[in-house]
Amino acid sequence: MNIYDMTLHQLWKMLHEGDITVQEIYGSFAGRIEEVESKVGAFVNLTPDIAELQVHKAADRWSEGRGVTPLTGLPLAIKDNMSLVGVPNTCSSKMLENYIPPYNATVVEKLAEDGALFIGKTNLDEFAMGSSTETSAFKLTRNPWNLGHVPGGSSGGSAAAVAAGESPAALGSDTGGSIRQPASFCGVVGMKPTYGRVSRYGLVAFAGSLDQIGPITRDVYDCAIMMNALSGHDACDSTSADIPVPDHTTGLGQDIRGLRIGLPGELFNEGIDASIREAIYTAVDLLTGMGAECVEISMPHLEYSMPVYYILATAEAGSNMARYDGVQYGYRASGAKDILDMYIRTRSEGLGTEVKRRIVLGTYVLSSGYYDAFYLKAQKVRTLIKADFDRAFTRVDLLVSPVTPTTAFKAGKRADDPLQMYLSDICTIPANLAGLPAMSVPCGFDNGLPMGMQIIGKPFDETTMLRVAYAYEQSTDWHKRRAVLAG
Amino acid sequence: MKYEVVIGMEIHAQLLTKSKLFCGCSTEFGAEPNSQCCPICLGFPGSLPVMNRKAVDHIITTALALNCTVARESIFARKNYFYPDLPKAYQISQDDQPLGERGYLDIMDGSRRIKIRRIHLEEDAGKLVHIEGEPFSLVDYNRGGASLMEIVTEPDIRSAEEAAAYITELRSILRYIGVCDGNMEEGSLRCEPNISLRLHGAKEFGVKAELKNINSIRAVQRGVAYEIERQSQILDEGGTVIQETRRWDEASGTTISMRSKEEAHDYRYFSEADLVRVVVDDAWLNRMAAALPELPQARRERFIAAYGLPAYDAGVLTESKEIGDFFDKVAAISHDYKVVSNWIMGELMRLLNETGQSLEQSHMTPEVLAEIIALVDKGTINLKSAKEVFEESFHTGKTPSKIVADRGMAQISDEAALSGIIEGVIAANSKVAEDFRAGKEAALGFLVGQVMKETRGQANPAMVNKLLREKL
Repeated sequence: MNIYDMTLHQLWKMLHEGDITVQEIYGSFAGRIEEVESKVGAFVNLTPDIAELQVHKAADRWSEGRGVTPLTGLPLAIKDNMSLVGVPNTCSSKMLENYIPPYNATVVEKLAEDGALFIGKTNLDEFAMGSSTETSAFKLTRNPWNLGHVPGGSSGGSAAAVAAGESPAALGSDTGGSIRQPASFCGVVGMKPTYGRVSRYGLVAFAGSLDQIGPITRDVYDCAIMMNALSGHDACDSTSADIPVPDHTTGLGQDIRGLRIGLPGELFNEGIDASIREAIYTAVDLLTGMGAECVEISMPHLEYSMPVYYILATAEAGSNMARYDGVQYGYRASGAKDILDMYIRTRSEGLGTEVKRRIVLGTYVLSSGYYDAFYLKAQKVRTLIKADFDRAFTRVDLLVSPVTPTTAFKAGKRADDPLQMYLSDICTIPANLAGLPAMSVPCGFDNGLPMGMQIIGKPFDETTMLRVAYAYEQSTDWHKRRAVLAG
Repeated sequence: MKYEVVIGMEIHAQLLTKSKLFCGCSTEFGAEPNSQCCPICLGFPGSLPVMNRKAVDHIITTALALNCTVARESIFARKNYFYPDLPKAYQISQDDQPLGERGYLDIMDGSRRIKIRRIHLEEDAGKLVHIEGEPFSLVDYNRGGASLMEIVTEPDIRSAEEAAAYITELRSILRYIGVCDGNMEEGSLRCEPNISLRLHGAKEFGVKAELKNINSIRAVQRGVAYEIERQSQILDEGGTVIQETRRWDEASGTTISMRSKEEAHDYRYFSEADLVRVVVDDAWLNRMAAALPELPQARRERFIAAYGLPAYDAGVLTESKEIGDFFDKVAAISHDYKVVSNWIMGELMRLLNETGQSLEQSHMTPEVLAEIIALVDKGTINLKSAKEVFEESFHTGKTPSKIVADRGMAQISDEAALSGIIEGVIAANSKVAEDFRAGKEAALGFLVGQVMKETRGQANPAMVNKLLREKL
């Protein structure tokens, strides 16, 4: 087995047993990046200078046996919308191409303290707005399982990097499915934690009431390790939850007998590919065989998730994007005749079509005369959707559904059809609206492209999700397959 | 005048917090431009606000002082607009559920009640610096993100005098409770009256103009008075007032149009997801209520009732909390309250004015003033010397008795010592002494003057009088 094909916990075990060095691990991934990055296009910027410094420090920690954590000496990729001091935080936008943050995101700070190696910053849809990574201002990222297809988005670079062996794990951010959908498309594990579980400080906001940082990994165990590293209260993020963090690995390996799993009919409708529905039902049979009780349930307000999401997320996005005005940092258009002209030119030239589309939508739904009909109404429906989940969780412990209606689509196929593009998040959006933890676990292949099963949990109950995901994963071998990088 | 004046007032007060509203940056005035900023108050991508608890304390205190209902749950909102001094292109403010609502403030000796509509917390913007002749402007973000309180009245104010009285009383309260330094020149207290006129008895409000750039209480009065005059002239001539924002121009004593309603923003207020709601529980509210000091109006009434001071004195002594506290402390030792009041309103305020010092910066203490009053009372020094002693104590902190001893200021009240001097004076002025004996009463004054001259003003005048008469 190639070093770059291994998981975090496999690599850690080898380090622990002295079978490998931190230098060898980094060397293997750096070599793999050199070999395949031109095909995959997962990274916006590689950060060898930072990684090499970290390699030395991590190697010292291992050799001195001091302060070794489950991530010491292990490479990670960071989505390019999280602040890492000294490295451009582009958000895959021309607007921030040359913006270098002066501070670290809290998650970056935590992972650095743990001794992880930051190998680079990954491509995304511009400002995380998109579902295919095609709205990046810089490059296309390819799906490692079929290079003619998209990796999903917006954390497409992170998912592709993990699937292609360029990094054993990566950070993504998820506002409406941006971790789970690309994880599903790329055949890897992705988790959006409960809103408030992981600090958002340093994550460039798309929609603050929905955004959450989470891990993309090769298997469930790694997901738990990453959750341990990322979780916890942060005084810099008022919305981060000040509650104890469990050890996410403790439930792994425990049986799932008696757990009640709900299947919301609304997420299995005719818009979902039959092959995907079948794959999920097969997975559900497997879980039932292991002693879980699976029941079909109804959550009537889920059908409004899409419009509610595109009103609330764009309202927040329009406001969040307003700071990119060319005054302080980032792109500034030249030749402006006055301040208004500077704003208009800067934003016209610096932002892409999809971002502009959402700014216009968001501005519209908050405008005087439209606020009540759109924004306020959407807030109310959001409350109803949450209530649907609350009710469901009085009957079941977890929910299971598809992650996406289709497998990864061909590059360019939906780029000019925003509605089709938006529909690829139809199953993932509800968990964001309700602030719930949700993850994608590989559950099969269709025409050589991966499929994912979504597990949605109760607030702050990531451990039960991980326990079920692990039980499922251990009885399948989807997670052991590696992408072929052909197309 | 045939019109009724209708004025509502919006106040922005910079709160006395050490750090800004959402980050740890200092709020000190006058620092090097852009030296007091960080990724949070500069709105860098990915940064998040964290609420300054002290700022919320200040709003609750103000709400209580202005008889408002304090919201037990309060939320924050974004006010969206583009301006280079606003780094995030939205201001975090409050729209629905402000921290304080429905209060009032009594002015003009309690004869007028101005209702307070709301009090809310928000962040301040930076400052643009325009350089004459340059094609660019500079931005200083030091003030950006500082905590700002907005107080909005109902349209209850009816004249320029009431507008000025409202600001005066409000400023005094804000200083008493220690939430704002009230400095209008530096802009830590800004007021924006909106003014309209209507015929007496009319139900509908007239069209209003909002005034900006008011940097003193005098400017409030002058600006509002000008605006009333301007609008009544327009109406008298059958014209219509247009809704606009006007700038008070101190130099010309007029208001100048800045922008009309057509250019007004749609701020697209919506809830700020990066902050959690502020929940004020009983314990918090009670703690703030218990810490509330006596307010100016209550103190004025007490000074009149308990000390028998004239209303004028009570007003002057309670204008600042510092002076009122000082009076209370002196009055606890010296019980001739009017005398205490005279000293404070006279010598103390004169010296504070001249030196520009605060009472705290000076060396004057209640004990020192009480001692000086006692020295005069006992006849140890006369009033003229007492003023010199006061001034020296004020500057140096030396105790009055030490100053009196060092400078040999004690009055000569020793009969034996004075007798010799008086006999000498009578001998040297025998002609005048004769005049007195002949019944010319005025001659005595001359002789007293001579004795005082001999003693360099330190003789006890009453005793000199008595001894002179005896010896003549």
